Amino acid sequence: MNPFGRRRVVITGIGIVSPIGIGKEENWLNCIEGKSGIGKITKFDASAFRTTIAGEVKNFEPSKFLDPKEVDKFDPFIQYAVASAVLAVNDSKLSITSENPERVGVHIGSGIGGLSFIEKTYNAILNHGPRKISPYFLPGLIINMASGLVSIIFGAKGPNSATATACATSAHSIGDSFRIIQRGEADVMIAGGAEAPITPIGLGGFCALRALSTRNEEPEKASRPFDLKRDGFVMGEGAGVLILEVLEHALSRNANIYAEIVGYGMSGDAFHVTAPCSDGDGAIRCMKLAIEDAGIKPEDIDYINAHGTSTPLNDKVETMAIKKLFGPHAYKLAISSTKSMTGHLLGAAGAIETIFTALAIKEGIVPPTINYEFPDPECDLDYVPNKARKMEIKYAMNNSFGFGGTNASLVLKKFEG
Amino acid sequence: MDKEQIFSKVRDVIVEKLKVKPEQVTLDAHFIQDLGADSLDTVELIMSLEDHFKMTIPDEEAEKLDTVGKAVDYIFNKLKG
Repeated sequence: MNPFGRRRVVITGIGIVSPIGIGKEENWLNCIEGKSGIGKITKFDASAFRTTIAGEVKNFEPSKFLDPKEVDKFDPFIQYAVASAVLAVNDSKLSITSENPERVGVHIGSGIGGLSFIEKTYNAILNHGPRKISPYFLPGLIINMASGLVSIIFGAKGPNSATATACATSAHSIGDSFRIIQRGEADVMIAGGAEAPITPIGLGGFCALRALSTRNEEPEKASRPFDLKRDGFVMGEGAGVLILEVLEHALSRNANIYAEIVGYGMSGDAFHVTAPCSDGDGAIRCMKLAIEDAGIKPEDIDYINAHGTSTPLNDKVETMAIKKLFGPHAYKLAISSTKSMTGHLLGAAGAIETIFTALAIKEGIVPPTINYEFPDPECDLDYVPNKARKMEIKYAMNNSFGFGGTNASLVLKKFEG
Repeated sequence: MDKEQIFSKVRDVIVEKLKVKPEQVTLDAHFIQDLGADSLDTVELIMSLEDHFKMTIPDEEAEKLDTVGKAVDYIFNKLKG
């Protein structure tokens, strides 16, 4: 039990598909080496768009993770979710048997869902009429089908749900799963998020918001959180899935424990549809609640994996929020944005960044913020520029903020028995 | 087109859609019981057959086509006019 008499929850498995790799090893190696996963868009001809770059997943073979017969029935976001779930379950060595299926749940969200399925089907209607709508269309694109399909594949009969809170989606999925286990409604949760937004309407929609970097000639330098010359975020795609487990269950099967989840905070900005509130209020309350939930003080946090999108406004407001909440300790914290390498995976961002945070704690290495060249006077904290740093971490925080003014923060702790 | 040619084309479509082996696709094979299809797969399969044979199969007819042989016969008769 934790200090508040709640069940303790640990991370025992990790699965990740991102622009910097497939699987834990490749992702972590590229993350601490500071490799960029951003390049020219190859999925379709993007030349007519303001932005022509993104973080695409490379060399992904869905039939390695899904029955080949099933592959075409599901939008790529669901394929990424399944792949990450398979990798995470294998990594955790968890076996879901006839004895425990009701105690294992799934909670994998997506910010947007199956855009490419919607585009394809609308084209089919325009060109050939409504009879050409595939019966796989709806099951293949709805957001909760990632959780549904993963539950079917593994026989996981516990709580089954999905969040859709834009860029905070998978931080909420993990936080809500943490609560589900704390409350005793499940012993294991397969939790995370997936996104496949690199399609004409996905790209065009974010272009229209003027949210994306237009550094089209230097794709690898386009995602530059906290740098003075940042000009927007870069879209990424992929999925992150974690196995969360009640401590006793993990210990009883001798599971490898990456880190413990100890705090979760949520808040709403109640301010603007896309912009963060200008005084950082939503982010401050969110981080504060997560720290209080963990039963610690702000000074106990060693590392923050920031939301750090590389938009002019987010990075400024997030920095301001951290300074207001942490006071002088803000300057002692290590802060990095792994979006500098992966781009912004929207609904999958919180999960892959919680994975990087857990690995940072486990390995004692803080990932860098790459492309940090020109200091911004409004962003004057230690962003671990360009090079990973060896550092003991006891407590770390992960921030995710989404359109609609939705915020989630998670506090992870080094597992110490 | 004779029945042999229709069967051969139908078999190709089924092999592609249901990812089964060609030798499994016999005239009396049942889409659901023998070829591993579910109800959604059968709808998709009929849509593919419509595309390949450039015809429209009304829903009330499509529902009756649950084996390879019935589909081949239906297409043969429809093409014969």
